[in-house]
Amino acid sequence: MSEYVVELRGCTKTFPGVKALDNMQLAVKPGEILGLIGENGAGKSTLIKILTGVYHADKGEIYVNGEKKSFKNPNDSAAAGIACVYQELNIEKLLSVTDNIFINKWIKGAGKLLNYREMHKKAKEIMASLGQEVDPSKPAGNFGMGVQQMIEIAKAVLIDAKMIIMDEPTSSLGEKEVEQLMQTCRALRDRGVGIVFVSHKLEELFELCDRVTVIRDGKYIDTRDIKDWDNDSLIAAMVGRTLDNMYPKVIAERGECVLKAENVTEEGVIKDVSFEAYAGEVLGFAGLVGAGRTETMRAIFGADPIDSGKVYIHGKEVHIKSPAQAIKNGIAFLTEDRKGQGLVLAQSVRNNLILSNMKGFSSGMFLDNKKIESRANENISALKIKTPNADERVGQLSGGNQQKVVIGKWINTDCDIFIFDEPTRGIDVGAKIEVYNIINSLVKEGKCVIMVSSELPEILGMSDRVIVMRDGRIAGTTVRGSKSFNQESIMRAAWGGNIDE
Amino acid sequence: MSKVKNSGIGAYIGTIGALVILCVLWTVLNSNFISPSNIMSVFKQTSFNALLSIGMLFCLITAGIDLSVGANATFCACLMGMLVKGGTTNPVILAIVALVAGTAIGLINGLLLTRLHLPHPFVSTLGMKNFLWGLALIVTGSQMISFTDAPGIMWLGNATVGGFPVSFIFVLVICVVLHILLTRTALGRSIYCAGGNMEATRLSGINSANVLTFCYVLSGLLAGLAGIVSVGRSGTCNGANAIQTYDTDAIAACVIGGASFMGGKGTIVGAMLGALIIAVLRNGFALLAVNSAVQNCVLGLVIIGAVLLDVMRENMQAKARRKQAAAQ
Repeated sequence: MSEYVVELRGCTKTFPGVKALDNMQLAVKPGEILGLIGENGAGKSTLIKILTGVYHADKGEIYVNGEKKSFKNPNDSAAAGIACVYQELNIEKLLSVTDNIFINKWIKGAGKLLNYREMHKKAKEIMASLGQEVDPSKPAGNFGMGVQQMIEIAKAVLIDAKMIIMDEPTSSLGEKEVEQLMQTCRALRDRGVGIVFVSHKLEELFELCDRVTVIRDGKYIDTRDIKDWDNDSLIAAMVGRTLDNMYPKVIAERGECVLKAENVTEEGVIKDVSFEAYAGEVLGFAGLVGAGRTETMRAIFGADPIDSGKVYIHGKEVHIKSPAQAIKNGIAFLTEDRKGQGLVLAQSVRNNLILSNMKGFSSGMFLDNKKIESRANENISALKIKTPNADERVGQLSGGNQQKVVIGKWINTDCDIFIFDEPTRGIDVGAKIEVYNIINSLVKEGKCVIMVSSELPEILGMSDRVIVMRDGRIAGTTVRGSKSFNQESIMRAAWGGNIDE
Repeated sequence: MSKVKNSGIGAYIGTIGALVILCVLWTVLNSNFISPSNIMSVFKQTSFNALLSIGMLFCLITAGIDLSVGANATFCACLMGMLVKGGTTNPVILAIVALVAGTAIGLINGLLLTRLHLPHPFVSTLGMKNFLWGLALIVTGSQMISFTDAPGIMWLGNATVGGFPVSFIFVLVICVVLHILLTRTALGRSIYCAGGNMEATRLSGINSANVLTFCYVLSGLLAGLAGIVSVGRSGTCNGANAIQTYDTDAIAACVIGGASFMGGKGTIVGAMLGALIIAVLRNGFALLAVNSAVQNCVLGLVIIGAVLLDVMRENMQAKARRKQAAAQ
């Protein structure tokens, strides 16, 4: 009998162009809560998906109770006793709690009909054992997020899971619900279930976990008992000390304050966000995924309504209610989801390039095709967009070239404040450097660039100043050249500490 | 630029070919088909559906739909019928009433979608269709009303110039104007982009709510116009017509002409060709005295076939692109 309930050894998983996991390992003992942490993109999601049979590892073995297993699909993994509560819950809100728990595991009575009496009884029992006194015949959507999460855990209990993975389970819960969840976790542990607890909040790990495993860049870093970790050692392990110099940073002359946000609040999303952005400056926004960076930018751009707060552009207060008004005020917003929100994929490169400024490319009532043609060709050569011609559908281009079309779309406006949200996500290194060069030329022209990025090296490599967000608020600010302008300090602020410690 | 134009005509070759083959087939089966008077009557028959199809096209490009076009046209005709019955025969007043009513209904459809944020317009315009059906019966007292007292308003639907129906000339003029609007103006480009990716279009600073509203307003206006054409053609109005298959004929014309329910696709030329194919089909069936049940079957198959061809063409193009990319 192995010491571990589930053990993963030597696991490697490659996606086109990226090695997501490299010789990864993970071992969970029965009756323990193992914390799993890593930066954005460290490979946590891939690791979880391999354990649950969603992905297939290129190399490596999985052992359950010392027995070698091969998971062809999620059913194999579930049959072996591995369950996962994903961050995005898989709850059918209109169906009852019972229906959700017993989905595909129905208890059938006489004549193959569903035996609801039995299922309701069992559902009530399981939920009660998780500390939830609920009527299981009510629709799941009637209950709060905490109970819905318990329904997911109940599914795991129903299949008698030996290991339950919880992927950032507290991210959408209130304080009371978090406390309840922790109690449930401890109860499950005491019943001998192994729990993998993925979290972005260090204090939760210290409160709950028995051991913590740190991964970074798809590699296993270290596992220690919780008493052998502290805040600094965890952060140092997560961040590592690699900062390769691929950032062609150019320091431009800082001009006047072009954008000022004052206590911008969107209830439940961002709270009292205040900052200033200057011409000729790259202002980086760091933080964990879900810290409210994108939401802040959407609020300023008028994509989502704000509840309170003021925004000033060039010192004048503005009331931006729509993206159209934001653009009139000179704000350009390059969304993080370029396929969903940045481009019309079925349309030509040419059409996408003029999308934000059709008026500027019209003479009188009609579009000025000559002007569009020459500008499109200008954009294609200046931004090095690799496309057969301006009539190619944008959907046919590679990710990096699509991103350049998005950039071109905004350069073709009269905007002077450029918000880049994850500008280099999913594009190759060569294209990344080209994007950095474009950012450089923008600030050299005296434009203001705000860059939201989850890649710390990129933030540090390109920004003049960095604002760190956490839980919808600003958690700290640091300026290039200062003592706190490093990965450790920024991570500390992002994870709930003080940036200037 | 020439490359664009080539691919533009290339996209219609199948549709034009189908139309030509169909005309040849009918001519072989019944030589009366090709007679000038019959061709003119095909044009006359096309006008009504063409107007509804063009309005429908705008909605389809935005990934929406307007199921109330037929009922709207019928309602506008019945509204005029009510006025005629009450003694108002001035064609200008009648026309204005019909056009204003049609436009207002389109505006309501647009506002339900963009301001009250009802889900897909399939539901809201279906509701509007039923509402207008009932309203058309109410204003006419469920009676057919003759327009013999108001010959002025019938001019658009039945007059000819040198044998050529005025209504079809009207349709052609509207086609040219709206074709230019769709292909050469910022609004037209916005309509395609909103259909292709609503959120990206909004975040690019285009007021996509207003763009959508415009499409439904236009659809309503054209339905009002179609209502005027219909009284000219039949000399009567009949509230019961509100549940004829006018809406689905309009959708069929657009789809045969290359529009897609997914939005972002479709052209005026395509929709016109689609409307002509349907008119020619129906006309030929009538000449050959084919039973109407069979007519419906064939029309249904034509619609399915057109979509099937479109999907196959898309797949072939995608495959060719992949091969080209792999070869590079």
